[in-house]
Amino acid sequence: MAQALEAESDVEMILGLGTKEPRFPLERTEFVRSDQKYSILSRIVRATQVDTIVHTFLETNSIAVPSRVLHEINVIGTLNLLAAAGASGTSVRKVIVKSSAHVYGAAPEDPAWFREEDTRTGPVRTRLERSLLEVESLVRDFADDNPRLDVTVLRFAHVLGTDIITPISHSLRRRLLPCIAGFDPLVQFVEEDDVVRALEFVTSHRVPGVFNVAGEGKLPWSEVASISGAHLLPLPPVRPRLFAAPLQRLAGVRFPPEMEGLVTYGRGVDTSRLREAGFDYRYTSAGTVQSFARANNLRRATGSTIPEYRYEQDVEQFFRHSPAVVRGIDS
Amino acid sequence: METVGKARSSGHPDDRDFIDAIVGHTPSGEARAAEESDGAPGTPELTGASVSYLPVATRRHEPEATIDEARRSDVDEWGRSEHMRSIVRRLYDPMYRYWFRVEWEGLEKIPTEGGALLVANHAGAIPSDAPAIMHGIETELGRPVYGLADYFFRTVPGVGTMWSRTGGVPAHPDNAYRILHDQGQLALVFPEGTKATSKTYSDRYRLRRFGRGGFVEIAMRAGVPIIPIAVVGAEESMPMLFRMNGLAKALNLPYFPVTVNSLLLGPLGYVTYFPAKFKLRVLDPITFDVEPGLERYSRSRVMDEAERIRGTMQDTLHDMLRQRRSVWFG
Repeated sequence: MAQALEAESDVEMILGLGTKEPRFPLERTEFVRSDQKYSILSRIVRATQVDTIVHTFLETNSIAVPSRVLHEINVIGTLNLLAAAGASGTSVRKVIVKSSAHVYGAAPEDPAWFREEDTRTGPVRTRLERSLLEVESLVRDFADDNPRLDVTVLRFAHVLGTDIITPISHSLRRRLLPCIAGFDPLVQFVEEDDVVRALEFVTSHRVPGVFNVAGEGKLPWSEVASISGAHLLPLPPVRPRLFAAPLQRLAGVRFPPEMEGLVTYGRGVDTSRLREAGFDYRYTSAGTVQSFARANNLRRATGSTIPEYRYEQDVEQFFRHSPAVVRGIDS
Repeated sequence: METVGKARSSGHPDDRDFIDAIVGHTPSGEARAAEESDGAPGTPELTGASVSYLPVATRRHEPEATIDEARRSDVDEWGRSEHMRSIVRRLYDPMYRYWFRVEWEGLEKIPTEGGALLVANHAGAIPSDAPAIMHGIETELGRPVYGLADYFFRTVPGVGTMWSRTGGVPAHPDNAYRILHDQGQLALVFPEGTKATSKTYSDRYRLRRFGRGGFVEIAMRAGVPIIPIAVVGAEESMPMLFRMNGLAKALNLPYFPVTVNSLLLGPLGYVTYFPAKFKLRVLDPITFDVEPGLERYSRSRVMDEAERIRGTMQDTLHDMLRQRRSVWFG
C-alpha cells in the first residue's frame, strides 16, 4: 500500500504504522512501530497533522492470530484509531477502513449478490464475523458523528496473492482444498494487486460510503481446485469441523469456522457501486485464482518465497530526480 | 500494515482542488492506450502526464487472464451449466416425449428474447412440472430458463448442486430482478410454492394462495411481462394420499409425502411417475402499466393482480379439464 502511494507524486508524506518492520524498503515512508492496539496513534495524528488514515490492519483472517487477539486487534484497535481521528481539532479529513465480505456471512437464504446496503440473513456464529460487524458498526457511528469526515469502508472478497496467507491460499499451496461433500458453491476472489489499487483509489478520490470489492464473475469451488491443480478434500455435510480438526494435524489443512458456510453456500457481492465510482479491476475472480496458481508454480520451481519489491528503487529514483525525465503537469 | 497518508496539493487546501490535482495526475486515456499498444514504457513520444504514472505501471501488472481463458467450466454466475443442461436434456427427452407426451398450446406467446416471468401451477408430490416446462422451452425456443424455487433445495447435499447446475436459482427478489431485468432471461416461478405440492390428491387442480403476490411485484419492478402457464397432468403423475408430518420434522423436510407410486413400488415410487398425459397451455402475457424500478408498489394493486392471474389460471385449468377425456391419453 505504501509502495503504491509513494508512486503518487502529490502525496507529500506517508507515515506507516505497524507492529512489524516493513519487509520492503520504503523510500518516502516513515515507519513507526506500534502495539496492536494503536494506543499511540492519537499522539502521532496530533503531532503530524495527517489528513488521511488508512486502516488496513483489520484482521480478516482467523488463522493468523488466536481469536482473543483477533478481537483485541480489530475492535480495540479500531476504537483507538477512530478516537485519534475524531479528536477535537483533528486534521484528519478521511478515514478508510479495510473490512471483509465476511460480514455478509453465508447462508442458504442469501441473495446471489449482496449489495452494500443488504444485511446478512444468517445468524452470526463465528468470532471473526462478530468482530468485523462490531468494527463496522463502530465505523458507522463514527461516520454519523463526524459528518465532515469522509469515511470509506471497503469490503473485500477472498484475497489471493503472493504475499498474503489466508485459509484458502494455505490450502491451495498444499494442493488440498477442503470442500463439503455434495456442495459446490460459487465464490468470488480479488487479487492482492486489486486490493492495493482499490485502497489507493479511495485514498486519492473522494468516495465516502461502503463498497464491495471483488473480481468480476463467480466460479464454482471445484473449479478453484481444478484451476490451481489442487485436490478436493470432501468433508461430511454434518459437523465438518469435527472431521477437519484431525486433518489439520495430518495434512495441514486449515478449516476455520467462517469457511464452513462459505464452502457450503458460497457468497457473492455486487461490485457495481465501486465500478460506478470509477474503479476498474485488473483481475477477474477466475483470473485471480489462475494468477495465484501460476505464482505458486513459480514458487515451487524456484523455491523463492520472498516477494519481490515491485518498484525498483533505482528506477524510482530516476523517475523522481533525473532531469532527463519530462515532468508531469502536476509536479 | 497501517498507513497514514498526508496528501496536499501545494497551495490548494480545499477539497475541490485536491481532487483536481489527482485527476490531473492520472494519465489520459490515450496515453494509457498508447503505452499498452507499443508495450514499451518510456518511449519518448509519450506525454509528460504519463511519466509520473510509469513507476506504477510495470509490466507485471498486465491483466494475466480474462474470464474466458481462466475459466475451466461453463458454470455461469447462477450456477447453471449449459453442458450439464444438455446432458440432462438428452436423458430427459425420452421421458418428455414418450412418457408424459407433453403437448404445448400457445408456445409462441413466450418471447424469443428479453425477460419474462413464467408463472405456472405446481403439482405432484415431487413436482414433475418444472422439468417439463424448462425442457420444453429450452428445446423449442432454444433459450435458457431459470427455475426460481425455495432456498430449501440449496441445503440438501448433492440435490442442491445438481439443482443449481440445471438452472435452479433461489427465489430471492434480487436474484429474480437480475435475471429478468439486467440479463433479460426467462424465469419460471410457482407462486403457490410447497403449498401446492404438499396438497393431497383430493385437492387436485385447486390453486392454493399465490404467496403474497411477490412475483407480481418482481415483474413490475423488472418491467417484464408475466406469462401464465396452465399445466394439466402433473397432478396425476404422482398423486399424494397423505403426509407424514412427524417423519418430515425428523428429517427436516418441508413435508413427507405418501404417494400412490410409493405404495405400489416402495421406495422406487419416489423416483417413478405415472405416465399421465401432460398438456400445457400458455396464456396471454400480462403487462403492467407501472413505472419499473421502484422499491415498493401499491400493496392492493399487487394483491389484485396476483388474484386476477390466479383466477385466470384456475378458469383455464377447469376449461382444460372439461375438454380432457382421459388422464392417460388426454
